[in-house]
Amino acid sequence: MEIAEAVLDTALIGLLLTMAWATLHTQRMSAAIALFAGFGMVLALIWARLRAPDLALAEAAIGAGLTSALLLRAASITREETIRIPTSRLWLRWLFVTAVFAWLAVHVLALSTLDGGHSLPELVTGQTPNSGVRHPVTAVLLNFRAWDTLLELLVLLLALLGFRQIARHNRHPYDADHHPAPWPLLKAWSRSLAPLLVVTGGYLLWRGSDDPGGAFQAGAVLAAALVLLRLSGQLPVFRWSRWTVRLAALTGPALFLSVAIGSAVMGEGWLNYPDNASTLLIVLIESAATVSIAVTLAFLVAGEEEDIAE
Amino acid sequence: MTIVTAYLLAGLALFLIGLHGLLTLQSMLRRIMAVNLMGSGVFLVLTALAARLPETDPVLHALVVTGLVVSISATALALRLHGALERHREDG
Amino acid sequence: MTVALEGLRIVLLAGGLFFFVTGSLGLLRFPDTYTRLHAVTKADNVGLGLLVAGLSLHSLEWQSTALMLLIWLFVMASGATSAQLLARYQREQDRQESASNGNR
Repeated sequence: MEIAEAVLDTALIGLLLTMAWATLHTQRMSAAIALFAGFGMVLALIWARLRAPDLALAEAAIGAGLTSALLLRAASITREETIRIPTSRLWLRWLFVTAVFAWLAVHVLALSTLDGGHSLPELVTGQTPNSGVRHPVTAVLLNFRAWDTLLELLVLLLALLGFRQIARHNRHPYDADHHPAPWPLLKAWSRSLAPLLVVTGGYLLWRGSDDPGGAFQAGAVLAAALVLLRLSGQLPVFRWSRWTVRLAALTGPALFLSVAIGSAVMGEGWLNYPDNASTLLIVLIESAATVSIAVTLAFLVAGEEEDIAE
Repeated sequence: MTIVTAYLLAGLALFLIGLHGLLTLQSMLRRIMAVNLMGSGVFLVLTALAARLPETDPVLHALVVTGLVVSISATALALRLHGALERHREDG
Repeated sequence: MTVALEGLRIVLLAGGLFFFVTGSLGLLRFPDTYTRLHAVTKADNVGLGLLVAGLSLHSLEWQSTALMLLIWLFVMASGATSAQLLARYQREQDRQESASNGNR
């Protein structure tokens, strides 16, 4: 069994590093993006191997799926690598990488022997029953470190706003014929896949308080469904001017912020939930956050194209 | 070598592959991908550390989940900037 | 009975591996996109099916068998869709290429 595990780990690590290198150094951009998606899938397998199912779910949807879609979209408007960044003094760069390697190797290897006094995981496990949910990762995200998660939703919102600002002033002549006409198989497939994705997303959200899953995974899966439907032409263009889009993108941060302010004003402090209401509050926040994450990610990947000229 | 050490080193290697790419590649898109790979390397180090205990460390997992979403936001913004630059060059 | 089952399992798993190896060989050796797609998608679907059959003989629990069947179904469906997508992309490229050659 030991040997079988060692073989599996070696194969996974070998694949991961080879694909990472090939992603950066293969000739064609389309091949590089395909490799990037494959890299994400290998990484998802590694998360599963490292007993991190939450990460495996999130990585498969976000890292492998949505990021590759983003890259494909960017590559499609790039005229075959027109921008070349000059790289002078290559030896200096190599020297720098080697120095960083040596420095990091010492510290990272020191980390592996770190085992004394891990009070934090025990603290989390001990306190999880009081958090209102039963899955420790969700407890950390939505209760113990809810502050981080709130700020993260704001980062997502900020990215969306930045995305819109840049979109505003630059109209691309190729955008109009950017999406090829959807073809029957893709249409049929997305029609049957999208409801399944919605069910899966809902399930991940629902199970998230007891088992791996939660707002981020659910949001990412729903975003994938939205992107799929958009690309197959079954949803209208995602426009910021639509009130539904705005509402969906803003509910999560707005609800989370009002809970934070409410608990600061009326309760015991920022995001200290009252004991008897924490489950309800967490479920509410998670549901709203799921919708916002889904719409924001879908917007970043497939949002707003030809209406910018107006 | 334990599984934790193996994956720690893999994370380190991944980070360096990304760093090397970031410094030496000439294409903007590849550089954005390289930064993503560096991020994945950091996540790998964190997750390997989380697996060093018999019961995995939920704080580190929560950190990485957060990091994944932040990383796609940053990538989306970077790609948008890249697109704007591309258009600017075409127009000019 | 168990010996026969074990034998069948090994045959199925070995068959699955054979198809996977053949498919990968085709991916590496075939000359153009269309034939490569053909090799990978068809051979891998059969290979995965045989693996699923072999593994379900191993576990003999209907839940895991159902799960694996579902996975097989999804892999086949996504394989069919992505193969078509890639083939269409390639055809478009070929057309553009022949058009630009014709203009010269």
